Amino acid sequence: MAAYSINVNGETKKVDVASDTPLLWVLRDSLGLVGTKYGCGIAQCGACTVHLNGTAVRSCALPISAIGTSKVTTIEGLSKEGDHPVQQAWQEVDVPQCGYCQAGQIMSAAALLAKNAKPTEEQIATAMNGNICRCGTYHRIKEAVVLASSKMK
Amino acid sequence: METLSKTSRRDFLKLGLTAGGGLMLSFNWSDSVAAIMNTSGEALAANVDFNSYLSISPDDVVTIFSPNPELGQNIKTSFPMVVAEELDADWKKVKVVQAALDVKKYDRQLTGGSGAVPHSWERLRKAGATARQMLIEAAAKIWNVAASTLTTANGFVIHPNGTKLSYGALATDAAALTVPTEVKLKNPKDFKLIGTVVPNVDNKEMITGKPLYGLDFYREGMLHAMIQRPPSFGTKIKSVDATAAKALPGIVDVVTFKNNVAIVGKSTWEIMKARKVLKVEYENAGNVESTSDHDKLFKELLDKPEATVRRKDGDVETAFKNAATVIKREYQCPFLSHAPMEPMNFFAHVKADGVELIGPTQTPDRARMATAQLLGIAPEKITVELTRLGGGFGRRLQADYVVEAAELSKLINAPVKVTWSREDDMMGGSYRPAVRYRFEAALDTTGNLIGYKLRGVGVNAGNSTREDNFPSGAVANLLIDSIDHQSPITTGAWRAPITNFLAFAEQAFLDEVALAAKKDPVQFRLDLLDKAKQTPTGAIKYDIDRMKSVINLAAEKSGWGKKKNLAQGFSVYFSHRSYVAQVAEVEMVSGNPVLKKIIAASDCGIVINLSGAKQQVAGGIVDGLGHALYGQVTFKDGAAEQRNFNNYKLIRYNEVPQVEVHFVDNGIDPTGLGEPALPPTGGAVANAIFKATGKRLYNQPFTLQEEMKGVKLGQKM
Repeated sequence: MAAYSINVNGETKKVDVASDTPLLWVLRDSLGLVGTKYGCGIAQCGACTVHLNGTAVRSCALPISAIGTSKVTTIEGLSKEGDHPVQQAWQEVDVPQCGYCQAGQIMSAAALLAKNAKPTEEQIATAMNGNICRCGTYHRIKEAVVLASSKMK
Repeated sequence: METLSKTSRRDFLKLGLTAGGGLMLSFNWSDSVAAIMNTSGEALAANVDFNSYLSISPDDVVTIFSPNPELGQNIKTSFPMVVAEELDADWKKVKVVQAALDVKKYDRQLTGGSGAVPHSWERLRKAGATARQMLIEAAAKIWNVAASTLTTANGFVIHPNGTKLSYGALATDAAALTVPTEVKLKNPKDFKLIGTVVPNVDNKEMITGKPLYGLDFYREGMLHAMIQRPPSFGTKIKSVDATAAKALPGIVDVVTFKNNVAIVGKSTWEIMKARKVLKVEYENAGNVESTSDHDKLFKELLDKPEATVRRKDGDVETAFKNAATVIKREYQCPFLSHAPMEPMNFFAHVKADGVELIGPTQTPDRARMATAQLLGIAPEKITVELTRLGGGFGRRLQADYVVEAAELSKLINAPVKVTWSREDDMMGGSYRPAVRYRFEAALDTTGNLIGYKLRGVGVNAGNSTREDNFPSGAVANLLIDSIDHQSPITTGAWRAPITNFLAFAEQAFLDEVALAAKKDPVQFRLDLLDKAKQTPTGAIKYDIDRMKSVINLAAEKSGWGKKKNLAQGFSVYFSHRSYVAQVAEVEMVSGNPVLKKIIAASDCGIVINLSGAKQQVAGGIVDGLGHALYGQVTFKDGAAEQRNFNNYKLIRYNEVPQVEVHFVDNGIDPTGLGEPALPPTGGAVANAIFKATGKRLYNQPFTLQEEMKGVKLGQKM
């Protein structure tokens, strides 16, 4: 066990966990931020996607010891009112079915658009291909990413 | 035409004033659900079948309580829309609340299959119409006019002179009135909300990461647990050495019960780590089977003289003897994992005076009864709270993972949440059964289908056929039988049970038969349906005209046979009371066949929520395609060889073709859509691939077959 101080959603959080504890379980078990989901534990499904300094990463395969001073953003911290352009688009297009994977999908899309506000179809596919949706909402995910892109300032 | 619908005293119960005034009506959401309503904690009436209610508060807010588990089938949005439609409520002021989940109120809650809509349609409509009628009567009294002169719209009762009173303003007066015994239902032509696009009522919570799912449930003092189950079906524990696991930080206990070893600890990661050093030895305790055994067995069973006859029409033997052409083909599908994105989990707290169960289940009552039986306590002492379900696909119809949590809680005398890893989920629990089919068709010299045989053989598949489905009824001489092999590998309902594979095999086979009969595949099916109508053989479960209507709509929307540069494949299937036809399109792009598009025509009667309905169809197609392409669990000495998404491949974003969704508009009472769009997809795709490449697919998963080589997927979704 070791004490770690990490920056999550703009706040400094202190946790006492083993150094190999994945960020996913720190967020969920220690910090009560359950919007980031467990799906596979081996960085295959993308349900646990968060931003590390703005880049989409799989938190299930990222040990707490590797975070350092990097800024972690989770779905809870993507926007204050849940009105990030990607979140707006997700609601307007009515993307979710069961909804379990959608936080991860949104985080992947938001990271893409932050770096590239007007992605091509191929760039969207590359960014979204790491996120599995078992319900098969891929068509609406695409539609929502394109809509969010049009909303990006 | 307006329908008069009689309500009985048992249909509705007026609960009178809510705390702040207003109207509260209880009603039965679905036939499969019974409940005892109460207010302020007191039972109003015993044995009254009410499980939902709507309230209208003085500030115009209409609240509709939803008792059913929501797993992505859109029930929590679509059902209240039906109530709101007949009520003429303003949807913007409708609040949908997951009803307080308490077995004292909800005796038997269940969400299963695609049956909820047909069961509940009229009840939901009557609930809305009854409240509307009472609000009209309250306004008629105030204005001193005949109720028949008043109309309603958008949450208001309207006087002929244009004066309006809001529902909220009338609610308290309405609550003082007698519940009407006869109400008018709308003419479906006048629906304003039904048939429109209404976004999911939980969207905001889902897109902001609110705790909604079972795995999101945490409580102060709760312990975490993971359970090591036998890695191979047909084995049992020989010895357990938990010394190293127990010594690790955060580990509270390691408990062995039945064939389970539970690691109990303070956090998920700590128990995951302890599992790695847990030493459990297993020994054989029954048949330890491998996929190679099943492959061999299937071939034997297909040739076995005796089988369970499911349907026999005419004289099959003579028909095949007299045939000019006989076509005989076999199709095989592997086991599949349900693999909902949220792995299995449940919270249980067994206390001296009762049991608390919280988590994702499609059948809370089954979970409760199974727990009661196991622990030997009265069901009334068990409460089940439902969370949202991160997918189900049939897996959460079973209670194994709930009972296990309860048993562990009792053993450790503590509240505990049991979480399954993805590996646990794929290596245990249950699977879509592996099945092999043999189809045989006899054609006469003019290409008429004079004989038809189907044998299904499966592993724990039960009846692997659907004997009263198409083409039964259209063939004079027909034999359908099946043989089931009992295995320690547990199976269960998987989205569109049996038909999720049978439809592919049948529709791919009929494509070959049509070709041999020198007929267009669409015309061949239409001709068979005409035959079933004009000279029917035996009983059938499908409606011939409805099946024809989806065939014709899919052919029309896809421009069937008119697109010269495309290879089109056709498929149509009836399941779960709905009809879906699909056309898959494969295009040759620089020498490679590319699966570009799937066009679907569905008949589920009246479409309630256009957004949800399109989602169910598109999602069903993606699901059907993905599993046909990639899905398979193979077993080696009783153990699943695919254990996570690295080798159990699910379809991804860039592999999905375009999907176009159409509905037949026929005004018939609605039926479900959670399953029916999945079965036809495999057949449409296989038939299109044949058209493009000349190669037939007989086995799933497609991507492991030689015939799929070179076929590209999902270009420009």
